[in-house]
Amino acid sequence: MALEAAFWILAVIGVGAALAVVLMGNVFRAALSLIACFLAVAGIYVTLSAGFLAAVQVLIYVGAVSVLIILAIMLTREVQRGSPFGRLRIPALVVALLCLGVFSYAMIKTPWQVSAVAPLEPTTPALAGKLFGEGGFILAVEIVGVLLLAAIIGAIILVREK
Amino acid sequence: MSIGLDHYLVLSAILFSIGLYGALSKRNAIVILMSIEIMLVATSIAMVAFSRYIVPLLLTGQVFAIFIMIVAAAEAAVGLAIIISIYRNRETIDATKIDLMKW
Repeated sequence: MALEAAFWILAVIGVGAALAVVLMGNVFRAALSLIACFLAVAGIYVTLSAGFLAAVQVLIYVGAVSVLIILAIMLTREVQRGSPFGRLRIPALVVALLCLGVFSYAMIKTPWQVSAVAPLEPTTPALAGKLFGEGGFILAVEIVGVLLLAAIIGAIILVREK
Repeated sequence: MSIGLDHYLVLSAILFSIGLYGALSKRNAIVILMSIEIMLVATSIAMVAFSRYIVPLLLTGQVFAIFIMIVAAAEAAVGLAIIISIYRNRETIDATKIDLMKW
């Protein structure tokens, strides 16, 4: 019962904050709503019994990505200009609603084989075994580390003063 | 009515569509980037929900969600660096005015 109430509250907050990001005219307030949306999604992860992922979500998205975005807003002085819609507002709305309809229809109509087993808890040791253990995702972890390093070096080179 | 896999999947579809709408219709490049972040988060919700309800003991979806997070962080860093670099050269980040490579 508590889980259901938590899901509905978090879902409403998340969708409302995401709508605010898109519809708000002030870029800075949109960034703050984005933080609210990320926090609500972290709560959604908790209701899915993915505690480690919720903590990582708060650390990376709420902590790092939001700060980056707010820093970029400050550096580009876009707050005065706001965030207007382009010429394609109505076609974009149609495409988004079409996507929503197709996704929802496909997801509800597919007979998923839902397992009745209780979820694993705590997840952190099992996730560590999955990521770094035998037969896990160790190669992908190394590749993603190289990707992150390349992205950081690329970002530094892009914004460096000539 | 108890919460099942469908609820999470529809929530993820709604968030994805909101992000898609923002990414397609907005003119401010930073808001477009924020909408893309919403789309990535929405896919992560779907991954974790599949992991929780279909293979509760394997956690594969949570591993995928971690990878999505890392790629999103890299994307945000590079994207914002590109936006700041464009702003330095052209004094605007309006996506309709950044048309140097438009034919």
